[in-house]
This record gives sequence, structure tokens and C-alpha cells, in this order.
Amino acid sequence: MTTTVTSHRTRPPAEPATLRARRLPWYAAPALAVAALALSAVIVYGTDIGGPVLVVALGAVLYLTGLFAAANAVEGRRSARNRTWSALIHSAFVLAVLPLVSVVWTLVSKGAERLDVNFFQTSMNNIGARDANGGAYHAILGTLEQVGIATLITVPLGILCAIYIVEYGRGKFAFAIRFFVDVMTGIPSIVSGLFVLAFWVLVVSPWFNDGRPSFSGFAAALALSVLMLPTIVRSTEEMLRLVPPPLREGAYALGVPKWKTILRVVLPTALPGIVTGVMLAIARAAGETAPVLLVAGGGAAINVNPFENNQSSLSLFVYQQAGDASKYAPARAWTAALTLVALVLILTIAAKLLARRNRLSR
Amino acid sequence: MAKRVEASNVTAYYGGFKAIENINLTVEPKTVTALIGPSGCGKSTFLRSINRMHEVLPGARVEGNLTIDDQDIYDRDVDVTAVRRMIGMVFQRPNPFPTMSIFENVVAGLKLNGVRRKSILEEAAEKALRSANLWDEVKDRLGKPGAGLSGGQQQRLCIARTIAVEPQVVLMDEPCSALDPISTLAIEDLMFQLKDKFTIIIVTHNMQQAARVSDRTAFFSIEKTGDPGRLIEYDNTQKIFSNPSVKKTEDYITGRFG
Repeated sequence: MTTTVTSHRTRPPAEPATLRARRLPWYAAPALAVAALALSAVIVYGTDIGGPVLVVALGAVLYLTGLFAAANAVEGRRSARNRTWSALIHSAFVLAVLPLVSVVWTLVSKGAERLDVNFFQTSMNNIGARDANGGAYHAILGTLEQVGIATLITVPLGILCAIYIVEYGRGKFAFAIRFFVDVMTGIPSIVSGLFVLAFWVLVVSPWFNDGRPSFSGFAAALALSVLMLPTIVRSTEEMLRLVPPPLREGAYALGVPKWKTILRVVLPTALPGIVTGVMLAIARAAGETAPVLLVAGGGAAINVNPFENNQSSLSLFVYQQAGDASKYAPARAWTAALTLVALVLILTIAAKLLARRNRLSR
Repeated sequence: MAKRVEASNVTAYYGGFKAIENINLTVEPKTVTALIGPSGCGKSTFLRSINRMHEVLPGARVEGNLTIDDQDIYDRDVDVTAVRRMIGMVFQRPNPFPTMSIFENVVAGLKLNGVRRKSILEEAAEKALRSANLWDEVKDRLGKPGAGLSGGQQQRLCIARTIAVEPQVVLMDEPCSALDPISTLAIEDLMFQLKDKFTIIIVTHNMQQAARVSDRTAFFSIEKTGDPGRLIEYDNTQKIFSNPSVKKTEDYITGRFG
């Protein structure tokens, strides 16, 4: 008590006389932006050194400088810094979103040309260079089957692997698994394709195919599995680690066995995050071209059976159409690319909705 | 049926660190026993070794003898889940399962141990919630998430969850430290009622609470940081708080150290 009293006596609190401070008017920032853009346009076009992009870039720099100067003069240094950093952070956001908007816009505008019923009902079988028709039915089918099979393989395997690492793994063995999962994350897709080509297509598939090696959609699914597995293991592992230990202890204290605790308490709690990880892996796998080209071979005709003969996929279709000499091919490539993005988007939204329905609504 | 808990020469380790040493203590059935002492003296460690929760942490182990009505719970062929079903536990922070509703939380222990019949579960849920003085507050929203309750309600939900599996002994690890005085009072009242059916062992930092709720009090302490915790004195609560026989206990309860 005494110390407080003395300190009050010797050092009176340095309070400002008023809580109010001078502020820039609300229109200052937009007005500054317009002025900066106008000034930059005059400089750029006056000296003829560049186009609209330079106008915006220079305008942004002028705006930031002007904003700092104006705020510094009227509102003081702290406020000036605050305004400048806010503006910088907002511009960073715009910069990050620009490419995304640009990609979506390009896909929609260029993909709309062949976005017709025919595209989704026909394959490229017997479509010549002068034929404006042709579609991606076989490629959509291939993507769905290959990614579907790969998901069926990797989701149980990946989640079980993550559960082992987080809940059971001790010592060197668990450490080794984590290390190799990390290494696998960095495997280039062409290498996984080569691995499946050397292992499955050339060595295993002849047993099922009268001694001749055979491409198949299943081989592509295997190659995609190699790519998806580490992503799923790592994301699931992180999500399981985020489940608070008291929840596990709460279940143990009720006499619930460990495996049941994991199945009924830990996994449901981590489910939304696990679903997100799985969807990221699926999105990555759906966009892979190289492994499909290597081990499924591609093809123009519809092949429903993933276990025999060549299959195509959407990304492979885009690659082949983009390189095709026919003047109708680029439009098909754009529409296929749009279809691929839409497919992944729909799957992601569906999965999120499903994961949310399992949780209780707040 | 409430059971007697008997500890003899219990020593617990975290890896190479000895947390408690040679604890000898007998808890009679249908009593409330409070474990008090300064932070880090091993009260919680001892409590967690009673239902074998101590060994959940990697590298943790327990030596010595712990018996529940003459059954050694650390015997080699004892099923640890059976021990924990017999000895329930309430934690410091309320930990309802976030993906479950209030109803599912209460019957989680039964359901996850294989009870399926809806009528049995509903009956057990109502009984447990009534015993935990929570029924009137939640009976109209049993389907709502357990995490949506207030802190005090969540803790009572956890108590209901614990007693729904009808354990013989209930361990409480500072159950009121995250709660306001009103919720604390509700839980202390609850302990009085539960005493009729269960043996209760409670760790608390609040000496008034220990004096209010417990029949017997055990005082734990350590010489200095890094030393194992020891049981200094164990006696009737009244004796401990009015006329302790060890100087150190007196120093602690009068606030001269710790």
C-alpha cells in the first residue's frame, strides 16, 4: 500500500488532457487514392514509359507515401504507421486474390465455348482434326474412377497410419515412419508414375494379362495413391494432435478402451480437419497428368473398366488437347480444365457439408 | 457399493523423476478425503495413480501396492479399463466431449462400453443428471451440445458422466478451481449427497473447501523442488485444521508457507 502512495506522489500519471485527437476526414483516403492514380497516370503517359499496370503500381506507391505524410501531419506518427500498414496488408490480400480471380475468369470465359451437352456425352473416339465435336466423357470417367480408387486405398491407410503415429507409435519405428512420410511428401509425381510403371505395369500386370504388360486406370490410381498418402497422413496427424489430451483422459477415466476412445471421441473431434486434408489430397491427385500418361496411357475411347486397357483423365485430356494441331482442340482443353476445377470444387463443398452435418449445430 | 482404498508404499515416477515416495494411506468407504498441499507436491500424481491414469503419460510408472477392497489394481492380470470403470475421475477443467450432445455425454461411458438399449440409457441419464443437480437445468435441451453449457454446468455434466457408470470410488482433481463460487457451492453440496453412495477423494488447493467437505484430510509436501512428494500427515479433518500434530502441517494451513 505504502509504495503505491509514494509512487503517486513522486510520479503523477502522465495522462493526456483529453482523449480526443485530430483525425483525417473520412474522404481523405479515397481522395488520396484518386489523386495518386491521376498523378501516376500523368507521369507514366506523359513520359510514355509504360502502360496501365505501371500506372497502378506507381499509383499504389504514391498513395502509400501520401497517406503516410498526410496522416503523420494531421494525426501523428502512430496513426500514420497504422494507416500505412493497414493499406499494405490490404494490398497484399488483393495481390494474392488477383491470380485466383484471373484463373477462374480465364477458365470460365474460354471454357464456355464448348460447354455443351455434347461435350459431356461423347468421347474423342473417331474425332478427326476437322471435326468440331468430340468430348471428355471418357476423361471425366477416367478421373472419377482413378481418383475414386486412389481415395478408397489411401483414406483408410492414411488415417490408420496417422493414428499409429499419434496414438501408439513410440521410439525409433514411429520416428522412421514419420520421416519417410515426410520424404514421400516431396516425391515428384513423375517419379511415382515411374515407380508404378516399373513395379505394377511391367512386373505385376503381365500375370493378369497373358504375359503382356498392360496399361490400366488402376495403375494410375496406384500412382495417385503414392502421391495422396503422405498428404493425408500428415494432415490427419496434425489434426489428431490438436485434439486436447483431456478429452482422451476423460474417456479413459470412464473405463473406455483406448481403441474405442480413438474411434468414438478422438476421430469425430478431428473429423472436419481430416476431411479438409483428404480433399486437398484429392484435389492434388485429380490434377496430376504425368503418372496417368505413364501408366494408364491415355486414350480416345470410353473405357469403363479401370482394370484393363488404356484410360484417360481430365488433366491428361487437357494436356493432349492443348498440344493438338486441330483448331477445335484448344476450346476442348479449356472446357475440360473448367470441368476439372468445377469437379474438385463440388467434391470439396459436398465433403465439407457432410463433415458439418456430423457435428452438432451450435 | 463404495469401496475402501488402501495405498502402501506407493511411489510414482515420470521417467527418471520420482514424483511421490512411499505414500501409505487408507480411505474408508463412503467418506470424503481431501488431499491438500503446495503445488508440485504430488497430490494429483497420487490421485491419478489410484485409477491408473498416471501411466497414460509416456514414461510414467507406479511402484508399491494399491488395493480396492483387497484387490491389487496393479496386478499383472488386472484389466485397466475395469479399474477405471470402478474408479471414476473428474478433472480440473470440465472436458465434455465436443462432438456429443448433453445426453450422449452423460451416457458416453455406458454407450462406449456396449450398452445399447435406449430405455436403459435414458433412465441412467436422468438418474445421473438428477444426482449431479443438473437435471432441471438441461432436461429440455438434452439434444444440445454439451460444450454449450456454462463452466459450472459443464463440470456438473462431467460429474454426471462419471457417476452414470456407477463407479465405487470417485476421484476429483481440483474440480472447482475453474468455477465461480456459486458453481463451487453446487458441487460441494453434490459431494455431500454423493458420499452416501461413493467413496470420494478430492484434490484441492482451497483449504476452506477441504475443511468444509472432507471427513479426513491428507497433507502432502516436498522438502524442496526436485524432491519427491511425501505424505506428511493424515488424520480427521477437524484434527488437521484445529490441532495438527506435525509442525509443517500447521505452518501450511495457517498460511505460513506454500
